[in-house]
Amino acid sequence: MSKLAGSLREAIAASGLRDGMCISFHHHLRSGDYVLNMVLDEIAAMGIRDLTVNASSIHDGHAPMIEHMKSGVVTGLETNYIGPAVGRAISEGVLKNPVIFRTHGSRPSDLEQGVSKIDVAFLAAPTADPMGNCTGKIGKSACGSLGYAFVDAQCAAKTVVITDNLVDYPLYDWSISEDFVDYVVQVDAIGDPRGIVSGTTRMPKDPIALRIAQTAARAIDASGLLKDGVSFQTGAGGASLATADFLKQIMLEKHIKGSYALGGITGYIVDMLNEGLFEAIQDVQCFDLKAVESLRTNPRHMEITASRYASPTAKSTAAGSLDVVVLGATQIDLDFNVNVHTDSKGYIIGGSGGHTDVAACAKLTVIVAPLSRARMPIVVDRVLTVSTPGSSVDMLVTQYGIAVNPARPELKEALQKAHLPVKDIGELKALADKINGAPKKREIKKDRIVAKVQNRDGSLLDVIYGV
Amino acid sequence: MRRTMLFLPGNNPNMVMNGGVLGADSIIFDLEDAVAPDQKDAARELVRCALEMLDFGGCEIIVRINALDTPYWKEDLEAMIPLKPDVIMPTKVSGAAYIHELEAKMAEEEEKNGIEIGRTRIIPLLETTLGIENAFEIARSTKRMAALYLGAEDLTADLRCRRTKEGNEIAYARGRLVCAARAAGIDAYDTPFTDVEDLAGLKKDAELARGLGYTGKAVISPRHVDIVNAVFSPSKEDVAYARDVFAAMEEAKEQGKGAVSLRGKMIDAPIVERARQVLEAAAQIGGMLDE
Repeated sequence: MSKLAGSLREAIAASGLRDGMCISFHHHLRSGDYVLNMVLDEIAAMGIRDLTVNASSIHDGHAPMIEHMKSGVVTGLETNYIGPAVGRAISEGVLKNPVIFRTHGSRPSDLEQGVSKIDVAFLAAPTADPMGNCTGKIGKSACGSLGYAFVDAQCAAKTVVITDNLVDYPLYDWSISEDFVDYVVQVDAIGDPRGIVSGTTRMPKDPIALRIAQTAARAIDASGLLKDGVSFQTGAGGASLATADFLKQIMLEKHIKGSYALGGITGYIVDMLNEGLFEAIQDVQCFDLKAVESLRTNPRHMEITASRYASPTAKSTAAGSLDVVVLGATQIDLDFNVNVHTDSKGYIIGGSGGHTDVAACAKLTVIVAPLSRARMPIVVDRVLTVSTPGSSVDMLVTQYGIAVNPARPELKEALQKAHLPVKDIGELKALADKINGAPKKREIKKDRIVAKVQNRDGSLLDVIYGV
Repeated sequence: MRRTMLFLPGNNPNMVMNGGVLGADSIIFDLEDAVAPDQKDAARELVRCALEMLDFGGCEIIVRINALDTPYWKEDLEAMIPLKPDVIMPTKVSGAAYIHELEAKMAEEEEKNGIEIGRTRIIPLLETTLGIENAFEIARSTKRMAALYLGAEDLTADLRCRRTKEGNEIAYARGRLVCAARAAGIDAYDTPFTDVEDLAGLKKDAELARGLGYTGKAVISPRHVDIVNAVFSPSKEDVAYARDVFAAMEEAKEQGKGAVSLRGKMIDAPIVERARQVLEAAAQIGGMLDE
C-alpha cells in the first residue's frame, strides 16, 4: 500500500473533508508555519466551507486565515492561543462563531475524552517517511519536539502528514507513528526556518526585567522549594527567562541539583541540563535551535506529549510534579486573577497556552511583570479577561515589590524573613496608579461574544467581547 | 550608605521612573552628558515631574547639572533646587572658586524657595588635572561638600594618555583624590567602569578602589549595581569580627582590664573605629545582623 498522495488537494479529497467539519493543526512551526495557510488556501479553492479550525495555537504568520474567515471557509476556531494579528481581526468580529479557548492541557484532554472531535488533522512534519512515521528533530524545517501534535494524530478520524523532507521507510527516530497516519504529502517547504525557531534566545538586558527576575529568584529561594530534586518551568519571555538565569546562579552557589525542567525549552535550560543542574528536560516545545539540537542528541532531553505535559484527565502529568513555575501576565487583579488573553483595550493578543495548567499544578506559581507597560498599569482592580484564576497564583513579583496571595500566609512570612520587599497587592496597584495616573475605565459593549475562555476542567472561566 | 551612585539619563522616562528600584544607594539624574543640547529642557522637565511625583525608596537623590561654562547650569539649579534633591553634582570642577560660584547660586535658590540654606549638598566631579591637584582645596571649600567623585574618562584626555582597564594611568589621581577626601572628612567615589559587559573586570576594578579607601563607586549600568554594592559591603566575616571586638571590649570593661586583646592581638582605637564602621554599614544594609 502507499499513503503518498500526489498532491495536497488529492490528500484533502481522499480524507473525505466536507462542509462543516473540523480540521486541526499544531503550532510547532510557530510564526514560520506554511502548512495551515496552504491547507486553507487549497480547501478554499476546492469550495469547501464552514470549517472549524482546531489548532494548538495561532500565530501572526497565520494572518492569511483572516480572509478565509471573511469568506466563510473558516467559521469556527478552537485554540489555546491567538497572536495579535489574527486576534485583532477576531475581536473586530471577522469570525462567525465565538472562539473556544482551551489550555495546552485541556485540548488533548478534550480530544481524548471525546469532548471535542477532529475530522482531519493536518500535521506539519519536518521529516517523514512514506508511511507517515515522522519527527521534528531533523530536516531543514526542524522544530524539535512535536509534543502538541501527538493527540491530533491519535484522535483525528483522518490524519494527513505534510513534509518537506521525505526519507526512506522506516524513519528510525520517529515521534509520531505510522499507525495513526492515513496520508503523506510531500511539499517544497512546510515553513520558513527564520520564523520556526530563533537561532538563539537572548537574555534580556532591560534593567527592570532583570531586577524583577532577580527578586523572583530570591523569592523562590526563600520559599524553601529550591533544593535538591527541584523541578521548574519558566517561560521564554524577558523576565521569566532571566529568572531562570538567576535561579541557575543560586543553584550553582548552593550546589543544588534539580530533577527536571519542563515546558517550552530554550538554550538556557539546555545549558542548565548540560551543567548538571537538572537530571532531565521534559520538552513539549522547542524555542530555539540549541533546544532542537539537544533534543536530537541528548537522551536526558525528552520529547513529551501535550497530554503528559498537562492534561487534567491524564493519570499523571509532568506538570503535576512541578515545584515552581514562573509566568508572565498582561494584567493581574486584586484577587490575583491573571489575564494573558486580551490587551488593555480588550483586543485578543494571546491565550493561556499552558499558563492555566502549570499555575494550577505547581507548588509555587510566580507571576513576573513590571508594574506598568507603556503607562498602562499591570495591576488592576479586575482583569478584563480571567485566563488563570487567582486561586492558582501564589505571588506577583514586580520591580517595586512582591505581593503574596493571602491564601499563602506561610509564604509571605518566609519572604519577609528573607528581607524581601513584600507588599500588599493593593499597595502595588495604588503605586501603579500614582505613577501612571488611573486609566480611564473602558466601556465594553457586551452585545457580541467573540470568544469563550474555558478553564482546564472545561468550565467557562470568562467570555471575551468584541471591540 | 554610599556604595553605588547610579547614573540615569534625565531624558529616559523608563529609567527615571524606575530609578529607585535598581538597588543603588544613590541615583544621579543626569542633565549633562547623557542629554543632547536640544533635549536639555525636556530632561529638566521630566526629572522635575519625577522628583515631584515619585518616591525613590530612600535612595540619595543627586542631580548632575551642566558645567558652569555652559548656558544651562543656572536654569538647572532654578528647576531642581525647589524639589529638594539631596545633592547637586557639578562637573569639571577645577578649584574652590568654581564651588563658591555654584554655592552662591544654590543659596540664592534655596532662599527664594524657603529652603534652609546649605541643605543641598555637593558632590563635585573632579575630571581635570587641575581639579585633581586642587582636590583638598575643593574638598574643604564648603560645608555642603559630601564627597569627591573621580571622573577618569575626561581626566585621561587631559593627561594625554589612553584609558585602560588596568587603570595604571589614574593611579596617582585615585590616590590623591581619596586622600584629599579623607583628610577633609568626607566620602570618596571612584570613577565608573565603562565596559558594561565585563562583570569580572568590574569586580576587580571595584575591589581596587575599595582597597584604596574609596567609599563607593559610580556606575553607568544598572547591571553593575549589585556587584559594586557587594564589593563595598562588609563581609559576614567582617561583621562577625566587629561583633567580637565589641564583645571583647565589653568583657574587658566588666573585668576592669585596661588592655584588651582578641585572637592574640591587641585591640587599639583604630580597630574599634573600623569595627564600629563595619557594624554601622551592616545595619544600614539591613539583614546582615540577623544571622
